[in-house]
Amino acid sequence: MSNENTISRRGLFMKMGILFNGLVAAALAVPVVRFLLSSITRGRANAYLSWVSLGSVSEFPEGETRLATFRNPYVTPTDGTTVGTACWVRRVAGEQFQVFAVNCAHLGCPVRWFPQSGLFMCPCHGGAYYRDGSRASGPPERGLFEYPYKVENGLVTIQAGELPTPGSPTASLVGKKPPCAA
Amino acid sequence: MITHLGAWFDRRLQLAAPIREAAEHPVPRNTASWLYVFGSAALVVFLLQLVTGILLALIYVPSASEAWSSLQALNHDVTLGWFIRALHGWGSNFMVAIVLIHMVQVFLFGAYKFPRELTWIVGVFLLLMTLGMAFTGQVLRFDQDAYWGLGIGASIASRVPILGGSIVKMMLGGPIIAGATLSRFFALHVFVIPGTLIGLVGLHLLMVLKLGINEWPMPGRLVKRASYANEYHELTKNDGAPFVPYAVWKDLFFAAFILLAVAACALYFGPFGPTGRPDPTIIQTVPKPDYFFLWLYALLSLLPPSMETPALLIGPVIAIGVLVLLPFLSGEGEKSWRRRPIAVLTVLLIAIILGTFTHLAGFTPWSPHMNAWSGDPVPEKVLHGTTALQRQGALVFQAKQCRNCHSIGESGGQRGPTLDGVAVRLTEDQLIRQVIQGGGNMPAYGNNLSPAETTALVAFLETLHPAGQTPAHNAAIGEAREKSASSQ
Repeated sequence: MSNENTISRRGLFMKMGILFNGLVAAALAVPVVRFLLSSITRGRANAYLSWVSLGSVSEFPEGETRLATFRNPYVTPTDGTTVGTACWVRRVAGEQFQVFAVNCAHLGCPVRWFPQSGLFMCPCHGGAYYRDGSRASGPPERGLFEYPYKVENGLVTIQAGELPTPGSPTASLVGKKPPCAA
Repeated sequence: MITHLGAWFDRRLQLAAPIREAAEHPVPRNTASWLYVFGSAALVVFLLQLVTGILLALIYVPSASEAWSSLQALNHDVTLGWFIRALHGWGSNFMVAIVLIHMVQVFLFGAYKFPRELTWIVGVFLLLMTLGMAFTGQVLRFDQDAYWGLGIGASIASRVPILGGSIVKMMLGGPIIAGATLSRFFALHVFVIPGTLIGLVGLHLLMVLKLGINEWPMPGRLVKRASYANEYHELTKNDGAPFVPYAVWKDLFFAAFILLAVAACALYFGPFGPTGRPDPTIIQTVPKPDYFFLWLYALLSLLPPSMETPALLIGPVIAIGVLVLLPFLSGEGEKSWRRRPIAVLTVLLIAIILGTFTHLAGFTPWSPHMNAWSGDPVPEKVLHGTTALQRQGALVFQAKQCRNCHSIGESGGQRGPTLDGVAVRLTEDQLIRQVIQGGGNMPAYGNNLSPAETTALVAFLETLHPAGQTPAHNAAIGEAREKSASSQ
């Protein structure tokens, strides 16, 4: 019989058994957590981003804004139609472009370009943007997200690969324009 | 023979006695009421969801490249696949509604007070799980609404300071909405949340059995921690009746009625969607959430932009916090709604707010009508007796898509004010300023209108005033013009 100050043989074994299980659980937790967080850790240092082509410069008439589509650079076998992505390409002049995400800076709905009024309008909550992507009215707090672009061998290429949201690299890779630069 | 078989099993299971005890436990007579049937109805609809969910899983393919086609197969190829989909979809609508009604009843009857605080708290989490099932279920219907709904979810999550980007990748299972996203929402909808739900429902029911059903509240009969247990015991002893069959028949009737209602809706209205393919290159889409999140959709349009992020991130924490803390803030005292006017007003206020927002989300007055400029002609009557310049202005008005946000003759967008009487409100100069510079949530059109177009447009707008009301004019300018005319 044991009193409160002594530990019985069986009691010690039980505690050791609990400790043993705890150690094994902790060891197993490492791969489990790494597995769970892999979608975050894989994307560190903008590893999801690549340069993708939108087509030749001549497809985009000067002074106009056209819808372009590209295949997301990071794909998995079961992605289906979701790897296609759309963006708005505005050829300002010559090799000077602006490439906007279709995702509204408010909550990500697809904005549509209306050349007649020179506005991007969002069907969800009524956000509107000017032709240069700056905010015109509605709930968005900022202008449209812009992809970094370059013109190489006559092709317009952009750096893309992540869903443009206020927290993604697309939100900050291209400097924000002052709201009055219409 | 059957008695023998039963005895054989019970010798081994030993469940008959505890089940009989649970079924026949005494409940206060006046709780055998039609107002006490919503909890059991929620459970029955949940069971319907489990069964129909398993049936759908026999056909559904949780892969971003196959899900949409497998839903089409369910709708069109598989015998009665459409009906099972419709049952599951309508079942989810009914479940959200019944859980909310159950919650309101429990709140108004003071059932969350001592000693049933934990039953209420578990119930709050059951509500959250139910809403979680509703959202993840909407994602599994992998169509355009699901795709852009996920985009909205990701945009909200990305607003969390510092961790936003990581939370989005965790939620999507990668950098974009794609295969991994659907797979993880499938895991949530089919394993994680239902598993948790089953566990919490068991806990919830266990506490209802152990603590007894809340008695019908009488005004003036106050809950006190020291004496409640004895009072409740006395009540069930003196004025109690066995739950089975005294009260249970109403639960049974109502459950059958609800199942019939779900089936009737499924039969009459059919399954929900799927809408177009989840192809993000198709941007001609107007994504909308299912009805239980429409109020949120409206709220997100109407909040001032600067309040949105705090409201999105802090609002849910406060709401859940208040619900969880409620039984600790008022764990004793009056239970009857007749003596709790603030509780009744709170319920009414929330119901009116949710109802109004849901109603508004039905016709989205805050969104431009994307096709109004090409679909709604300028009414003929406003063009009668107009000059060539004014008609040219009407053309500008139409071509520059002013109709997308402004209505004339009750057709067109409702984003901006209706322009039927705009000439009474604004003078010519004010109209020019508003068109060119914008302001008050209107974009500036200065870069997009030639001076001639602006002149024509304003000339047209100047004609828009009700008969018998003169257009606004600037008296000072009129006087100055007269003076300059007379001095010449």
